[in-house]
Amino acid sequence: MADSAVVHSIDGPSGPKPRKTLSRRNIILYGTLFVVAVYYLIPLYVMLVTSVKGMPEIRMGNIFSLPLEITFEPWVKAWSQACTGLNCDGLSRGFWNSVKITVPSVVISIAIASINGYALANWRFKGANLFFTILIFGAFIPYQIMIYPLVILLRDLGLYTKLPGLILIHTIFGMPILTLLFRNYFTTIPEELFKAARVDGAGFWGIYFRVMMPMSLPIFAVAIVLQVTGIWNDFLFGVIYTKPANYPMTVQLNNIVNSVLGVKEYNVNMAATLLTGLVPLAIYFISGKLFVRGIAAGAVKG
Amino acid sequence: MLNYLEKHLPKIVLAPTTIVMIVCMYGFIAWTGLLSLTKSRMMPQWEFVGLDQYVRLFANPRWDVAVDNLFIFLILFIIIALVLGLLLAIFLDQKIRVEGAIRTIYLYPMAISFIVTGTAWKWILNPGLGIEKLFRDLGFAGFEFRWLVDSDMAIYTIVIAAVWQSSGFVMALFLAGLRGVDDNLTKAAKIDGASTVRLYWHIILPLMRPVFFSAIVILTHIAIKSFDLVQALTGGGPGYSSDLPANFMYTFSFNRAQIGMGAASAMIMLFGVLAVLIPYLYSELREKK
Repeated sequence: MADSAVVHSIDGPSGPKPRKTLSRRNIILYGTLFVVAVYYLIPLYVMLVTSVKGMPEIRMGNIFSLPLEITFEPWVKAWSQACTGLNCDGLSRGFWNSVKITVPSVVISIAIASINGYALANWRFKGANLFFTILIFGAFIPYQIMIYPLVILLRDLGLYTKLPGLILIHTIFGMPILTLLFRNYFTTIPEELFKAARVDGAGFWGIYFRVMMPMSLPIFAVAIVLQVTGIWNDFLFGVIYTKPANYPMTVQLNNIVNSVLGVKEYNVNMAATLLTGLVPLAIYFISGKLFVRGIAAGAVKG
Repeated sequence: MLNYLEKHLPKIVLAPTTIVMIVCMYGFIAWTGLLSLTKSRMMPQWEFVGLDQYVRLFANPRWDVAVDNLFIFLILFIIIALVLGLLLAIFLDQKIRVEGAIRTIYLYPMAISFIVTGTAWKWILNPGLGIEKLFRDLGFAGFEFRWLVDSDMAIYTIVIAAVWQSSGFVMALFLAGLRGVDDNLTKAAKIDGASTVRLYWHIILPLMRPVFFSAIVILTHIAIKSFDLVQALTGGGPGYSSDLPANFMYTFSFNRAQIGMGAASAMIMLFGVLAVLIPYLYSELREKK
C-alpha cells in the first residue's frame, strides 16, 4: 500500500496529493495508538472511579462502571483515618514523613553531587579517572548487596529506624548517578569560560557559584526530578530502615492495602493509592521534557 | 598553607564522597561477601563455613522458584516492552496529530511508584471483583481470569504490570532515536521504491542498535531490582510462587533470620548484574575514547 503511494507521488500528476484523512493507513495507525492509550489509562480510570464509590456499590457493580453516587468519604478516610498497625491517623502521616525524607535528601544530595561533578569536570587532577570509575560502578550495583551492612552501620550511628538515617541512605545512594549527571553536563560547558573566570581571579567556589551554577539550571532541574520521584517512590529503603511511625508514604500504602485486619475497603485503598501517586504525577506534568531525561538518568541506579 | 589548600581544593572536596563510596559500596560488598561465607543466622557471627550457604541456597526450592521466575519475567518483560515500545515509537513518528497528548499518556506510569502500580493492578486482576467479574456480568458465566491467585500464573501478572509501567519509557527512548535518523536517508530509500516496512526493517532498525542496547540494559536492571512490584502485587504469593531473588533476599535476611543465606543470594544477584553490566560499560567506555 505504501509502495503504490510512493510511486504515485513520483510518477503521477504533480501538485500536492489530496489528503484522505480516513485512509486505511490512518485508521490502523490511530486505532492502534488509541487502543494502547486506553490500556495505559485503564488503571488510572479504575482507581479514580473506585475511589469515589461507596462499598455497597463496589460489591454490586463492576470495576469499570461509572459511580452512581459520588462520595469523597474514601479520600477523607484514606488521608486521615486509615490504619497501619496501631496508628490510625491515615496516610497523612506517611505523606509528611515522605516530605521530611524527600526534601532534605534532595537538597543535600544535589548540593554535594553538583560540587563533586564540578570538581571532576573542570579541575583535572591525578586520580580523577579512578574516582570516575569507582562512581560509575557504584551507580549500577543492586542495593540488596549493601542492605544488611547498612542496618548495622545505622544501628551503630544510632540512626536505625529514624528519619535522618533514611535521609543519609538516600543521600549516599543518590551520589554516584547524580555526580555522573553533573560531571557530564559540566564537561559540555566551554572551557574558555572557566579559564576566563580564572584569569579574572575567581577561585574554586567563585567559579562554581558565579559561573557554573547559573549556567546549569536545566541540569539542576533534571536532578531534582530524578531525585524527588526516586526518593518519593522508594519502598525498599523505607521498609527496611524505618519503623511504622516513620514509614514513608509508599510503605504505609502497602501496609494499609495488605492489612489483614478488618473489612477490606477497596475505595479507601484506591484513594490512598492515588494520593501516593499524586506527588510524582504532579512533577511529571510540570517538568515535561525534563522528566524523560531525569528518568533516563535514574533508570540504571541500584 | 592557604596556597596549598587552594591547589588541592578539588581533591579535598571530593575526598568525603570518595571515602563514603569506597566504604559503603565496595566495603559493604566485601562485608556481604564475607557474611555469605559464615554461618550467620539471627546475628552476624564470624565462623566461616566456606561455600556452605551457597550450597544450601541452591538446594533451597524457594530460591529455585525465584530464579526461574526471574528468567520468565526477564525474558517476557524485555521482549514485550521492547516490541511494544518500538512499535509505538514508529507509529508516533508518522506525523501524528495529537502526538504530545499521546506521549504524555504513554509515559505517565513511569512517574509513579511500583507500589502504586502493583496496588492498582492487584485491584483490576482481583478475580472476585475485577476483570473476571466484569466478563461474568457481561454474560460469559464460565469466564475465568484468576492468574493473580494461581501459583502457576502469578508471575505473569507481574509481567503485565511491569510492561504497563515501563513500555512507555522504552517508547520515549526509541522515539528519540528515530528523531535522530537523517531525513535524507529515508527520502533516498523512498525514491528507490522501498516500502515503509522494508525501510524500517533494513535501514532504520539497524541504526537503532545502540538504543536497543541501552533499553535492554535498563530493562534488565529494572527487572533484577523489581522488589516492590512483587511485594505490592502478589506479595510473592500464592505461597512463594511469584518470588523474585530480591524478595527472597529480603525475606531470608529480615524475616527468616537467615543472614548468611540472604547474603549469599545477594552475591548471586550482584554477579548477575555484573554479567550484564561489564560488557555494556566496556562498550560504552570504548566508544567514548
